[in-house]
Amino acid sequence: MTDARKSYSAAAEVGFVRTRRTRLARMWIELKKAPPTAIFGLAVIMFYIILGVFAPWIAPYGEAEIFPQPFASWSSEHWFGTDQIGRDILSRLIYGSRNTIGIALVTTLIAFLIGGVFGLVAAITRNWIDQLISRGVDVLMAIPSLIFALMLLSIFGSSAWSLILIIAVLDSTRVFRLTRATAINVAVMEYVEAATLRGEKLGWVMRREILPNILPPLVAEFGLRFCFVFLTIAALSFLGVGIQPPTADWGTMVRETANLIQFARFDLKAGLTPLLPASAIALITVAVNFVVDWFLHKSSGLRDEH
Amino acid sequence: MHPVVSTVLKRLALGLVTLVFVSIIIFCSIQLLPGDFGEAILGQAATEETVAAFRRELGLDKPAVYRYFDWIGSVMTGDFGTSFSGRSASGVNRARPVVDLVGPRLGNTLFLASIAALISVPLALFLGITAALWRNSVYDKLASATTLTTISFPEFFVAYVLILLIGTLWPIFPSLADVEAGMPFWERVYKTMLPSITLTLVIVAHLMRMTRAAIINLLASPYIEMARLKGEPAIRVILKHALPNAWAPIAAVIAFNLAYLIVGVVVVEVVFVYPGIGQLMVDAVSSRDIPVVQACALIFAATYILLNLTADIIGIVSNPRLLHPK
Repeated sequence: MTDARKSYSAAAEVGFVRTRRTRLARMWIELKKAPPTAIFGLAVIMFYIILGVFAPWIAPYGEAEIFPQPFASWSSEHWFGTDQIGRDILSRLIYGSRNTIGIALVTTLIAFLIGGVFGLVAAITRNWIDQLISRGVDVLMAIPSLIFALMLLSIFGSSAWSLILIIAVLDSTRVFRLTRATAINVAVMEYVEAATLRGEKLGWVMRREILPNILPPLVAEFGLRFCFVFLTIAALSFLGVGIQPPTADWGTMVRETANLIQFARFDLKAGLTPLLPASAIALITVAVNFVVDWFLHKSSGLRDEH
Repeated sequence: MHPVVSTVLKRLALGLVTLVFVSIIIFCSIQLLPGDFGEAILGQAATEETVAAFRRELGLDKPAVYRYFDWIGSVMTGDFGTSFSGRSASGVNRARPVVDLVGPRLGNTLFLASIAALISVPLALFLGITAALWRNSVYDKLASATTLTTISFPEFFVAYVLILLIGTLWPIFPSLADVEAGMPFWERVYKTMLPSITLTLVIVAHLMRMTRAAIINLLASPYIEMARLKGEPAIRVILKHALPNAWAPIAAVIAFNLAYLIVGVVVVEVVFVYPGIGQLMVDAVSSRDIPVVQACALIFAATYILLNLTADIIGIVSNPRLLHPK
């Protein structure tokens, strides 16, 4: 190796064929350079995904299985006790990761689909459609989203799908703003004009010319939006108008076991029970925030200093 | 006309237009209600005459445009209609006007929000400015890490941790904030301490991060560097050169966070069973009491728009570039 360094030959360099690393190898290298907070975040997210996907095999009892003793204390049988009608808290926590995260994820995806498509169309066309959607979004964003969601839920009722659609539509306004703002800068590039001139349709320009160039901020935004949606749904469920029982959900669980907190002086473990689902919510939002932070630093070279 | 005045007027007009559109959206929501809610509210046993009378009272026999102007007109004069709860199939009407329900609770909510704002705004500005001045120090890193974690916590998590620690384990403050009308001021403050601390913790995190970002952004600009190079003392650089340009972003940050406070107040009121407008709205949503929901939504939205408007106007008025036109 050292000999090769000393004697340089152009032919040898040309002959040296660069082997491109596989995507997996590159990801592994990036991961090894990641700060501990990001590693922690990724680990937590992986943990939650595994819990959610394999919930029926991991959970000791069923989601809505009722045991004779309500509000049982922590024991080897029920690790975290039972809730107000005697359902095992640990099992519901595990099932909750599937329901709560699943619903938040679907909502965020729909929000990005709506907001992204409209944002791209508005940025490319820049005509009355753009004006119409932008002004509409301005008005929608003038109402706090939790309040708006509460109002719409009182009209459509609190089913899982109406919850998903309402939050998705309200959240898509912010996605629209970001997509439009970033896509406008790309839409004026020469290669986009070239694509339009050679007769590509709107769909192609959106998907092949602009989308790849605005992806990094959108991916970071996806993480942040997911957190926001997740917290909104948790708050709505906590208020009793979100995900409805018997579906296990962390926000609802906090609400149902909240009374236990006043017994904390007699049995500390009972007082901790309502904090378990609440901290499950807190943990995943912290984790996603850490990962998004790392991703932002990586993708845009965004520095805090200046 | 002076450019400041015209810009402010333009912004005010825009705010007014937004308010009108928001009121239309809120009004239209009642139109989206599927089916005949006369029967839904009064119950299956209601006679046809009662339902017809109820429909007539709501004006459902008139066109929607007419009803909108009727509604917005009475809202202007402080009449939000009558609540749906308390109606029965027999035609006995024990419903209360929405104003009576909303009025006292609105006062309570404003009380809670202003206490939280009074604690959190100065605290957050102090933390944010100091963190920006000594950036990348241990103090700054600690503050950043703490606030990033607090931001990620849902309000009810913070609230229950506080209840557990200083409500039940070491009972310093009461965990139920059941204020009543005739309570003396300091007892009221004492009762609302835990919800205020919860809101403060949530707001301070946002406010501090945004203040820090705004100040750092400002300190990086060339004219600050110039002032430093001239040999001005640090305090003079901050007060004389940085601050005049910092008012607008700081005002925006404060208004944004007060607007955030409005949303946060809903969850916190429910946790502490505080008789405020947020809890009223949640109860009304659960019982589908549409007039109350509409009134609350309108109040929340109007406050939100007003706060954002104020921030924008402070931003315009304090902008040195607009104050001295060429």
